Amino acid sequence: MQIYNSAMLNKPPNTFRYRYGFSMPEKNVYSTGVGLSDKVIRDISRLKNEPSWMLDYRLQAYAFFCSKKIPDWGVNLKNLDLDRITYFIRATQNQTSSWEDLPKEIKQTYDRIGVPEAERKFLAGVSAQYESEVVYESMQKELKKKGVVFCDMDSGLRQYPEIVKAYFATLVPFSDNKFAALNSSVWSGGSFVYIPKGVHVNMPLQAYFRMNAPAFGQFERTLIIADEGSFVHYIEGCTAPVYTKDSLHSAVVEIFVQKNARVRYTTVQNWSKNVFNLVTKRAQVQEKGIMEWIDCNLGSKATMKYPAIYLKGKSAHGEVLSIAYSGKNQHQDAGAKIFHIAPHTSSRIVSKSISKSGGRCTYRGSVSIARGAEGSSAFVTCDALLLDGKSRSDTYPRMRIREKQARIHHEATTSKIKDQELLYLQQRGIKKIDAEGLYINGFIEPIVKEIPLEYSIELNRLLQVEMSHHGG
Amino acid sequence: MLEIKSLSVSIKNKRILKNISCIFKVNKTYLLMGPNGSGKTTFAQTIMGNPELSVQKGGKIFFGKKDITFAQPEERAQMGIFLSHQSPPSLSGITVFQLLRVALSGKKDALSVKNAITKQAKLLNIPDKMIDRYLNDGSSGGERKKMELLQAAVLEPKIMLFDEIDTGVDVDAMKTIFRFINTYKRNRTVIFITHNNNIQKYILPNEVLIMKNGSIAKKGGADILPIIGKQGFANL
Repeated sequence: MQIYNSAMLNKPPNTFRYRYGFSMPEKNVYSTGVGLSDKVIRDISRLKNEPSWMLDYRLQAYAFFCSKKIPDWGVNLKNLDLDRITYFIRATQNQTSSWEDLPKEIKQTYDRIGVPEAERKFLAGVSAQYESEVVYESMQKELKKKGVVFCDMDSGLRQYPEIVKAYFATLVPFSDNKFAALNSSVWSGGSFVYIPKGVHVNMPLQAYFRMNAPAFGQFERTLIIADEGSFVHYIEGCTAPVYTKDSLHSAVVEIFVQKNARVRYTTVQNWSKNVFNLVTKRAQVQEKGIMEWIDCNLGSKATMKYPAIYLKGKSAHGEVLSIAYSGKNQHQDAGAKIFHIAPHTSSRIVSKSISKSGGRCTYRGSVSIARGAEGSSAFVTCDALLLDGKSRSDTYPRMRIREKQARIHHEATTSKIKDQELLYLQQRGIKKIDAEGLYINGFIEPIVKEIPLEYSIELNRLLQVEMSHHGG
Repeated sequence: MLEIKSLSVSIKNKRILKNISCIFKVNKTYLLMGPNGSGKTTFAQTIMGNPELSVQKGGKIFFGKKDITFAQPEERAQMGIFLSHQSPPSLSGITVFQLLRVALSGKKDALSVKNAITKQAKLLNIPDKMIDRYLNDGSSGGERKKMELLQAAVLEPKIMLFDEIDTGVDVDAMKTIFRFINTYKRNRTVIFITHNNNIQKYILPNEVLIMKNGSIAKKGGADILPIIGKQGFANL
């Protein structure tokens, strides 16, 4: 059964409020309706004309998902009602390849987040996700010339079925966790990136995500393969309007860093305050390869995200640099997982968290050094900044070292802004809120300087907005 | 001009300042002296609006004609009152440029702030690397005092209070500091706060105020300084 148009969502457009950003009237072409079943999954797969192995995979994942309980650790998921979520909405009938072909509402939406402007300036490629599907993508000729593939995951599956089949779910199997299983059964959109041997993509590949329907989960699936000696920087930035119902974002990202290749993956996450953000991200690094996760979590009601790196090849290097901000009623449960499997591998985790107005930040990390990974080294530092007495920070670092010839360094600090220092800044003519802002900028600076300029400006601006929302 | 009327101040119900009245005029230099614990720093912090200090009923602070008794610290600073701290804190993650850029936002653009810092740092013999690092991070007492002066020079206040600018500072730095203040004080009000009588070697005040037990015990000209040098504060 196919239901067309948005009537089934029985909600007049433009009645929901949002704080920043915007939301456009929905003009959905197709939706599976709320809730999940075998039938919904079959519908999704049929609509996408997927090969049968993918449908089988989705169904297996769904069975696993049903058999698993909601995790009782991490964030509070009691208010997450999985039966009230719409798992698939098609926003436009066909993929469009040029800006002019996009529907007016979607164009307006993107205008406000500045996609075309950013593109004009210096984007190498844009793949923007509107609701559950990528409707707009543009790649500069250069990328094509170099043989770089940068498209949405659905197109990737259609155009490069062999590559996708070879890599898909080999790093994050559906059995990894309940939400990876959920993503595996209903995934839609996300990016597929392939960088050929020796190719350096000098400008970051960027994808914009936007959720635009109430209680609508977004389940993008991203697969990045960086072949030997290649380099790519992928940037994922999320913003979303605020809705009245709870929303879910549950993504899976898999990255393969081949010998001597380097991948940097930057996220600026600013989901609205009703979104559960439950994401599984994992990278595998071969000999002398480098993987860098730069992860900034500002938004959402609750986030659980622990970007992982498997250092599989000799002398591979991995880094996870993260910033978390939690304001009122927010809980960021984030961290990193690093597995040193091969000799002479090295890793660095730098985590910075800021809690304000009763917000809670948790660092949950694990570093494992396997027997035989001799000469490996791991460096972990987590700093928490509390802006007031009612906010909270927790640190759960775990280290499992099975190799004697390894070096580990761990440090953790929790600090509060001293009243005396704030007063000093005030006595120089700076408002308290701006003084806190100065502090925070300084606190996160080691990570911010790794982010491209336009994103770091955005990040600082978002933090300022967040801070002012919760009062001084 | 800064006018203090019947000012009594307490911290957590403990009375520190008692019924102080005085006027600080433009283009004049004042010396506020007194033994340790007499209330000098509390006085400076009260003028700067430290929220831990409560001004008792009837006490008033006027900046020109404006009653600032209950103004926020940042409002006072924006009006043109500057306090050079006795023990300036070190700030992690914040450079003097970032601080001054925010303090002067809407008044000066980032480039003029940067240029002003470079210019004043040269006059104060502050090395570039100290400007670039986080404010007072790993700095000595003397270096911190110079950074206070640098901020004053860039902020261009109308009233400057120097709380113990002469402590923790070596002779060379003292000379630099006071040469700087002496050229900078024109058309401003300067108030030095110290317990150290040696300061008279470097400045000539228009008026000397002696504070004891939270009150102004004596006011006079520079001529009372030699007396203090001989007899101390005890007999005043």
